[in-house]
Amino acid sequence: MYKYFLRYLISAFFLLGLGTSANAEFKVGFVYVGPTGDHGWTYQHHEGRNAVEAAGIKTTFVESVPEGADAERVIRQLAQSGHDLIFTTSFGYMDPTNKVAKDFPNVKFEHATGYKREHSNVSTYSARFYEGRTLLGHIAGKMTKTNTIGYIASFPIPEVIRGINAMTLAAQKVNPNIKTKIVWVFTWYDPGKEAEAAQALIDQGADIIMQHTDSTAPVQTAEKAGVWSFGQASDMQRFAPKSILTSIIDDWAPYYVERAIAARDGTWGQQDTWHGLKEGMVAMAPYNSAMGADLVKEVEQLQKDLASGKAHSFTGPIYDQKGNMLVAEGKVADDGMLAGMSVYVKGVEGDIPK
Amino acid sequence: MIKIEKRNDVPMALYFFTPFIAIILTILGGGIIFYILGFNPIEALKFYFITPISNLYGFSELLLKATPLCLIAIGLSFCFKSNNWNIGAEGQLTFGAIVGGGVALLFYNQEGFYILPLVILAGAIGGMFFALIPAILKTYFNTNEILVSLMLVYVSKLLLDYLVVGPWSNPEGFNFPETRQFSDSSRMPLLFEGLRIHAGIFLALAAVMMSWFVLYKTYLGFQIKVSGLSLKTAKYAGFKGKTMILVVFMISGACAGLAGVGEITGPIGQLHRMISPDYGFTAIIVAFLGRLNPFGIIFASLVVALTYLGAETAQIFLQIPKYTGQVFQGMILFFLLASDYLLFFKVKILNLKKNELRH
Repeated sequence: MYKYFLRYLISAFFLLGLGTSANAEFKVGFVYVGPTGDHGWTYQHHEGRNAVEAAGIKTTFVESVPEGADAERVIRQLAQSGHDLIFTTSFGYMDPTNKVAKDFPNVKFEHATGYKREHSNVSTYSARFYEGRTLLGHIAGKMTKTNTIGYIASFPIPEVIRGINAMTLAAQKVNPNIKTKIVWVFTWYDPGKEAEAAQALIDQGADIIMQHTDSTAPVQTAEKAGVWSFGQASDMQRFAPKSILTSIIDDWAPYYVERAIAARDGTWGQQDTWHGLKEGMVAMAPYNSAMGADLVKEVEQLQKDLASGKAHSFTGPIYDQKGNMLVAEGKVADDGMLAGMSVYVKGVEGDIPK
Repeated sequence: MIKIEKRNDVPMALYFFTPFIAIILTILGGGIIFYILGFNPIEALKFYFITPISNLYGFSELLLKATPLCLIAIGLSFCFKSNNWNIGAEGQLTFGAIVGGGVALLFYNQEGFYILPLVILAGAIGGMFFALIPAILKTYFNTNEILVSLMLVYVSKLLLDYLVVGPWSNPEGFNFPETRQFSDSSRMPLLFEGLRIHAGIFLALAAVMMSWFVLYKTYLGFQIKVSGLSLKTAKYAGFKGKTMILVVFMISGACAGLAGVGEITGPIGQLHRMISPDYGFTAIIVAFLGRLNPFGIIFASLVVALTYLGAETAQIFLQIPKYTGQVFQGMILFFLLASDYLLFFKVKILNLKKNELRH
């Protein structure tokens, strides 16, 4: 009896909370893992939010939400306070997003980079960043003098390994002597560690620095040391104007606008989105003129081919480090294989940390 | 000329009243900041301090957030009262979570009533062990416990990073830096359906009662208080200083370890890199705001927990940057220290004549 009473009491309070704060206007909420001024991952999601706002839809965001116990509360608060669509923009929000989605069947949820869609109101989305890596690999293979490419990696998850492999394969195609050296920093954002890693790679002879982390420290270190570098997530050109050859840009804006409008108009459906150069979710910053007109033309052509499907980042034959064939001649890797990628291709130095 | 003199007659009532002055000044200061930022200060403060706890869910979240802060601060009060500056509660929390989480992972596919008590015990022992390191180094090698305990925070965090990336990472988790989910038998029971507040709050309340009893009713508590007031007196009285240092660090570490275990077996349910948003450091503010008094700490942990929730609500409803939460925590500490200073010292402005200065 007591238990039932309590349950009613709680639901009454819930309703009260809903009643006071919910209103009819369509609203979209965003949960960010970093500060909006990180000039990398979160900055780009925030740009996407600005685009939604510019499309005439009201938005809210909460920044620097830790991926621990706090995430669920923030997501739930957004759902409770009348947000109709909520983007949770970091992998660590996967379980909290699904948990809250269960309790708010009328609210739509979009989780970036995850793989769990436990309820019909949860979609997932990510970008084919590896297509951008292919272009970086092509440029790196042509630009390096020491044949050593330095790569600052975050965590050995499939997305990061895919990037390393795509870059190495493209570089090998234009320069068979290429070596990829990797430093794992086990963080997405730590300027100090990233700068140290860049310096260590330069000291080992790398004259090209690229990163799968979010701060601008690596490109700034490269600028100081006088080696080439590539920006990550946003156009980092102004942080290292001489050193940066181009940046891979995560452009979430078109997707966010499309999904927000769909949710508002009632056409939103559950899906798993993986967009690339073709749809514009992955874009390239202007190429540095130091590359030379010929190389720029080549890369622009490759970019077009990747977008049209004429070229693919993972075209066989592809071998792993031990020489086992991963993709046969004339075949391309399917999305299932890409999604679970957990071995290096031939030409990458070292082992994946276990 | 300004002269600063020590006051001899500080009333105790005022000593326990200054935290309230600090909180009121913080709210006023916050209002001024909101006004300068262009927000209606009354509305902003309402979203900050009232909206978050205006329903039962919010109240449960407040208790959920206050539980680890309260537990750690209770432990720290033993150290601080006896002049032992344990700054590394965050490390003890992390290590406790590692040991407790390790036990939970051993039983990841098993059920049983005995699992949760084992996990909790392991967490307490882990935290205790980790706090013993600075304590032993201090008592036997005369090292500075502030530095050692602080540096050990990084050791434990890096160890956690290593474990969740490497040997303990979920074999089905695509190498993402997290362990498996714990089995239900390793999870703190929820107190109410639909709310996240869990049985860990009883651990915090037990710690409060325990600390009140030990500090005010036992010989050990007397030793701790005397050592805090004057080490020389303590020595003269023949107290065994070394044992006491070890004991206060062990209590402090155990409490922090329990806080860590409460987080991973409560709202989180697994180990990953972000188990604590620096509770171990924030608890230092809580301990002082609570005047190192067990019941004061309960109150202080609720106030500080509210600054976290308020920062989220204020950003959701008014888009005030979330970092104002840290500004509030900083202001509380600043106003507390400032009012303490004015409480214990008199500031006199003297009007001296020229010839008096020549003497």
